[in-house]
Amino acid sequence: MKVDLFWIIVLGFALAFTIWRLSALASRIDRLHHRIDLARASLDTQLVRRARAAEALALSDLLDPASAVVLARAAGNCRNADPADAAEWGLVESEMSRDLREVLVDPEGIDALRGTIDGRELVDDLASACNHVMLARRFHNDAVQSARLLRSGRLVRLFRLAGNAPLPDMVEMDDAMPPALVPYG
Amino acid sequence: MRVGLVCPYAWDTPGGVAAHVNDLRTALMQLGHEAVILAPAEDEDALPDFVTNGGKPISISSNGSVAKINFGPGPAARARRWVRDSDLDILHVHEPAGPTLSLLSIWVSEGPVVATWHSSLVSSRRDIAAWSPIIRSGMEKIRARIAVSEYARRSLVEYTGGDAILIPNGVDCSAYAGDEPLPGRARGSNTLMFLGRIDEPRKGLPILLAALPLVARAVPDVNVLIAGPGDVEQVRAGLDPEIADRVEFLGLVSELDKARALHSSDIYVAPNTGGESFGIILLESMAAGTPVVASDIEAFQRVLAEGRAGVTFRNGDPADLATQLIELLGDPQRRARLRTEGAVRAEEFDWSSVARRVLAVYQSVRQGGEKVEADFSRQFWGRLPLRRGGGSGDAEETEA
Repeated sequence: MKVDLFWIIVLGFALAFTIWRLSALASRIDRLHHRIDLARASLDTQLVRRARAAEALALSDLLDPASAVVLARAAGNCRNADPADAAEWGLVESEMSRDLREVLVDPEGIDALRGTIDGRELVDDLASACNHVMLARRFHNDAVQSARLLRSGRLVRLFRLAGNAPLPDMVEMDDAMPPALVPYG
Repeated sequence: MRVGLVCPYAWDTPGGVAAHVNDLRTALMQLGHEAVILAPAEDEDALPDFVTNGGKPISISSNGSVAKINFGPGPAARARRWVRDSDLDILHVHEPAGPTLSLLSIWVSEGPVVATWHSSLVSSRRDIAAWSPIIRSGMEKIRARIAVSEYARRSLVEYTGGDAILIPNGVDCSAYAGDEPLPGRARGSNTLMFLGRIDEPRKGLPILLAALPLVARAVPDVNVLIAGPGDVEQVRAGLDPEIADRVEFLGLVSELDKARALHSSDIYVAPNTGGESFGIILLESMAAGTPVVASDIEAFQRVLAEGRAGVTFRNGDPADLATQLIELLGDPQRRARLRTEGAVRAEEFDWSSVARRVLAVYQSVRQGGEKVEADFSRQFWGRLPLRRGGGSGDAEETEA
């Protein structure tokens, strides 16, 4: 009888430990998913901000007409892209990055733009938005990588600790900012 | 924004990370933000009022040097109380990948957490393997990772995966502004300067001393100021007699005398053969208006903007160093150009620009109005249903 009691206690501890371990894992996954949601929201906010800043610059009369048209069109495309369609959305935002690099290519031009009070505000806001897009995407993908790593664990898969949450995806896009804007980001 | 900075190394022992944390705090305050610091300390009474004592440190030898850190339930409770009472918008820990106050602070908090990697406390794969299962849950809370050098970033990527934003150490350019030289040693008499441990071969003094006789043949009045600790007599005994009277040893210099010595020099020479991850002295020299000639190791190339802001020579090659020095000493126009470019480059690394970049990171990880909360649910006693309701009282009870 004594032996039985001993084993019951051992089993009880083992069970308690396992449950504790599993609940710790589950809450880590939960927290990572939360972190991804926050990071994604932040990236979306920054992309909208960037498109607005590009549009404001396009409508400001400070750019030459051809550049203004390019930026205005890119901003329009970003606004109209379907956020649910990840592939199209990534393409449109990458297009915006490329257009920005094409239009804002030379440092002298940027200096000239920043010569007026309005121009300075517009350029600095755009530069800051570009910088924040890069940061937000990097931090988002970092969180996704951690989550995917954790979810690939055996215990997590065996006990379905991630529930029905879909496996998170990285955001792939060209977010490199115009080099001439870097000092103002 | 109100930022909590955690320094894992003893505040009362001078060191790179503590200095970085202090400078970052100053720069954040100058940009109109608030910052408080948590750090281990030997002597609580000596702490400035913005530093909270994180407990007594113990000495650990790591990577051949001694680190004063602390760990355990006592420091954990202190960290938790500090987080709870400090009303933080951002928790920014430094060097978190080891058993330190930084890791403890992450464990006891929930919310926007940012971490900066300086070098690496971790010296081998085996160390990280021993810790990784325990630290990983902490690492997952870090929303943004910053590395101060490409070297730190690489070791971070290699050991923990993921990526980091590179934001270098700052330089206080204002400390090197002006042009006050050492007494009676105005710039313009073909003076070179070296700073670093004089008996540490990797700092490269022997290479400069080997180049000097070659330079002296072309530039008869060339002379060298040597600043830094080490055995002067030993180095002096090994000097080529031809140049012995051109070399002046300043010993270990104060920050003020360092700036003065730079203002007395026409060229700063950095002959380091390796082991440098950044090269802050190069930026200080550029901020002081002294053109730089440095070995072409990776870190220096980067700081000198691939040769735009300074001159490089083949690493370990005294003959090439001599050639570059003779050329530059004979070309005042090129020196003037390097002075201008150098000042621009140094400004990019000024603490004000560095702090602005750090702030951009803070902004992108914090969702409107979010705060750093002291986290009880992560502690195993915090998970017990009984404790869940009135959790805030237990910090005092667990205090060792």
